[in-house]
Amino acid sequence: MAMPAQQITPHALPDDDAAATGRARRRARSAREGHRSAYWMVAPATLLLLLFLVVPVLLAFGLSFTNARLISPNPPRFVGLDNFVRAFTSDPTFVRSLVNTFVFAAVVVPLQSGLALLMAILVNQKLRFVTWFRVVYFIPVVTSIVVISILWDFMYQRDGLVNSILDTLTFGAVQGTNWLGNTSTALPAIIVLSIWQAVGFHMIIWLSGLQTIPEELYEAARMDGANAWQQFKDVTWPGLRSTMVFILVTITIQALGLFVQIDVMTQGGPRDSTTTLVYHAVQQGYRRQETGYGAAISLIFFVIVLVIALVQRWLTREKD
Amino acid sequence: MTRRSLPGMLAMTAASATLLAACGQAGQADGGSGGGGDADGGTTEISMWTHSAGNPAELEVYEQIIADFNGSQDDYEVVMESFPQGAYNDAVVAGAAAGDLPCLLDMDGPIVPNWAWAGYIQPLGIDEGIIDSLLPTAVGRYQDEVYSAGYWDAALSIFARESVLTENGIRIPTTDEPWTLEEFDAALVTLQGAGYETPLDIGAEDAGEWWPYAYSPMLQSAGGDLIDRDTFLTADGALNGPEAVEFFEWFQSAFERGLASDAGTIGNEEFNNDEVALSYTGVWNALGSLEAAGDDLLILPPPDFGNGPKIGGASWQWGISAECADADGARAYLEFSFQDEYIAAFADKQVVIPATKGAEELSEMFGEGDPLQPFVELSQLYALERPPTPAYAVISSVFERAGKDIMNGADVQSTLDQAVQEIDANIESNDGYGF
Amino acid sequence: MSSDTTRGGPPSGRLGTPDQMAARDAERVRSAEEAARRRRRRKVVGYVPMVLLALFFLFPLVFMFVSSLKPDAQILSDIDSPQAFLPVGDISLDNYSGVFDRVPVARFILNSVLVTTLIVGLGVIVNSMAGFALSRLEWSGRKVLLTVIIATLIVPFETIAIPMVYWVSKLPTIVMENGVPMYDFGWLNSYHVQIVPFIANAFSIFLFTQYFSTIPKSFDEAARIDGAGWFTIYRRIIVPLSGPAFATVAILTFLPAWNQYLWPLMVVQQEELRPVMVGMQYFFQINPAWGEVMAYTSLITLPVLVMFLAFQRAFVSSIASSGVKG
Repeated sequence: MAMPAQQITPHALPDDDAAATGRARRRARSAREGHRSAYWMVAPATLLLLLFLVVPVLLAFGLSFTNARLISPNPPRFVGLDNFVRAFTSDPTFVRSLVNTFVFAAVVVPLQSGLALLMAILVNQKLRFVTWFRVVYFIPVVTSIVVISILWDFMYQRDGLVNSILDTLTFGAVQGTNWLGNTSTALPAIIVLSIWQAVGFHMIIWLSGLQTIPEELYEAARMDGANAWQQFKDVTWPGLRSTMVFILVTITIQALGLFVQIDVMTQGGPRDSTTTLVYHAVQQGYRRQETGYGAAISLIFFVIVLVIALVQRWLTREKD
Repeated sequence: MTRRSLPGMLAMTAASATLLAACGQAGQADGGSGGGGDADGGTTEISMWTHSAGNPAELEVYEQIIADFNGSQDDYEVVMESFPQGAYNDAVVAGAAAGDLPCLLDMDGPIVPNWAWAGYIQPLGIDEGIIDSLLPTAVGRYQDEVYSAGYWDAALSIFARESVLTENGIRIPTTDEPWTLEEFDAALVTLQGAGYETPLDIGAEDAGEWWPYAYSPMLQSAGGDLIDRDTFLTADGALNGPEAVEFFEWFQSAFERGLASDAGTIGNEEFNNDEVALSYTGVWNALGSLEAAGDDLLILPPPDFGNGPKIGGASWQWGISAECADADGARAYLEFSFQDEYIAAFADKQVVIPATKGAEELSEMFGEGDPLQPFVELSQLYALERPPTPAYAVISSVFERAGKDIMNGADVQSTLDQAVQEIDANIESNDGYGF
Repeated sequence: MSSDTTRGGPPSGRLGTPDQMAARDAERVRSAEEAARRRRRRKVVGYVPMVLLALFFLFPLVFMFVSSLKPDAQILSDIDSPQAFLPVGDISLDNYSGVFDRVPVARFILNSVLVTTLIVGLGVIVNSMAGFALSRLEWSGRKVLLTVIIATLIVPFETIAIPMVYWVSKLPTIVMENGVPMYDFGWLNSYHVQIVPFIANAFSIFLFTQYFSTIPKSFDEAARIDGAGWFTIYRRIIVPLSGPAFATVAILTFLPAWNQYLWPLMVVQQEELRPVMVGMQYFFQINPAWGEVMAYTSLITLPVLVMFLAFQRAFVSSIASSGVKG
């Protein structure tokens, strides 16, 4: 995740050859003042993040080595690594959660970023009303995910709207199922709705990337006789590199954290086919009142996301 | 609890802070916080939480009781805060964690032992005479101590249309001679043959507490249980014994054969529209079906799976929090509130079974000869409480998942074994929950 | 990409014989017509996928708005026909009046507006200051801090919600007891517990940092020579130049703030303090009242949609023009 940090340091380092000049003295003084000002200016945000992110994470970290209960008259006991052992050895639902989370991310990341790029190219055309299409695609993004989950839950029923539409569009050839009640369709159904909700956001990001590519590059490519695909391959795609990294990272984090849709629509079922790590952590830590165990699952989750982020950063590093 | 919480953000922007404080105070003026503070005129505020937000009929009765109580004496003033049901338990747990519970709070019957064990609530200590007058399932106990009492109970039954059963030559069961499992199964097959695609609406599309509430009585009727009620220390043998396995195999096959649907719309619409022939549902849906089917509506006892029919008992009940500073005032209010007149009002507005004989007679629906009277009989004959152990919170969640897995085709024995293992591990890690 | 179709005939500088000129003119007209036709065709082809996608993105929301006008039974029976998307049949505002009977809608919306405004307002100040210090000032610890802040993005709120409840219930707060300020503990059941934890936002800081670092540093140096302090530079130079970044952050923090659900459920007990999303729960009683659910979701979605439509140009273009370029 440290990836973007490098990208935003273009003006950072002072140049050595400017030493011993008045400019350098002024700069040194200004740097000292800069220090003081900098501390003041990052202090509020840092303090708030410490209080409301770092402290709770550390609390969760500590709880994960205890048998703390949400509701109990007994004080928590230190249990060492018991919770972690339990997760990997005697909790089949945890293992399913792990698998489902990976499957979800593995499908959503390429599909959503690909569809978003396609849509971005569509709405980057110089056509009338194109702005309105951008707006329409963006509308699900501004709608609450709770509202959307309730709505799609209703539409996914056996006698629901989705099946009714499928039936009409295919003239009765496709007989829909009870999408969320079927072990083989529940996760795909949630994937569709998740992409539906979020893809507009990433479309806009791709669009911003597309619009930063100078038109002259395309002109030049056309002069060389490049067709549409070659233009995409040689001009568009290389120009979208940093956008691509950004999109990859944000979708991955978002996909790995899948929770609300599961909580509202399937509660992890049928037969654990939609349970995810975050859902399982909340389920164990809150609904089943095993705070210590839930915290341990959260901790495992953090480590996994961190590792994936680092791997992504390594794979997408600038190869100079 | 009577904190006037000024924002801690004063330093950041004075303007926003002022706005916040103003709104915070406006909020309190509207009626929220309670306990401890004796504001004006020497009356003590008694705070009270209900799970009834979004349910105007129920709130109306509470408002009436509170107004009457507050007007009847000068010592206490009850102030109500209502929560939506789906968020209520979360709010109580968070409130308890923060030491911020109100004096009076209502709770679903089966959770009472858990909260009593955790020290959220104290023994109720109201007039024994009141407790004795109530339906046994309207009283919440833990370790032989009364912790809660409610104004009503609910009951489940099988809804059917007389004409449909007669046409298909199906015997109409009575409480003396309920359907056996074989009869019930055969009736469903017959009805399926008569054109009802899935003849029974068993309510499987619902989630949460409905699952143990609706289906664990069937398990008990078959000879199984959620936990060994002699020791309350293990579910082994009760939830995964041969009786339990036999019942769940039938349960699974009912879905496999399409006798019951695993999907649908929550509520009783399918029955009212005659899309299903039988509906396993609660008293709260009776009025709608009475309207739809009229005299044709039958309210039938649930089938006998071997040990006699069973239905779940215990609905929402009232308790007093352990941290309540004015428990006497809370008791005074509760004793005042258990009047037949109020209990009958709850029963008629909520369509639930009144907890006292007197209220039953006052009620327009549940008295002798009234249309919903059969529910009273069902409740008296068959109601069984869910196991009164603090482990129930976990048992409920484990049972729901196991039941759904089995419905969706999981292997019965191994699913139940896994459920038993989870429950037992939880009981053990809680040092037996005091048993 | 499609602008090549506008290229017509050769430039008319070189003159030929009148014949040749006439031929060339005819040729030019033909090719212009041809190009126009191609352009039209391509336009139509361009619209088809866009319209299909638009239908895909709109149908659930149209269904929601339309259903909010129908009684429950009709919502269910209309599903099998295109009527599901049409306001026909037994149309009324009954569901809306039902919603107002059941839920203090106005109060909830007011609460959400207040909470959201403060999270967004204080958020842009706090996070942009941090972004400024992290992108334009040189100080030790800068890189480390930025890395740590960005790393916190991986923490989903749900996983720390429980320790959070416990933690905020222990935080000190100022209480006025008969006009005398005193300390007390516990942040539950207040407005600030819904606001303060969400002011600082790692993603916002990241976006500000990105955007600020694209503004030339020479601006700062010029101002320094004129004797301006860093805060002045931030306020007078950087902030006015960074409209799009502020708009983007405002939008992106507005949405989750308006949609807060799990957190207020856990920490706010008084009905008077609840935000809109918690109101959803009111409609899931023993049997869900679908018509009212649709009406309520429409009611709480509408303000966001209206605002979005009103500002859509700024909205879309600001996200597009802010910080994601490397």
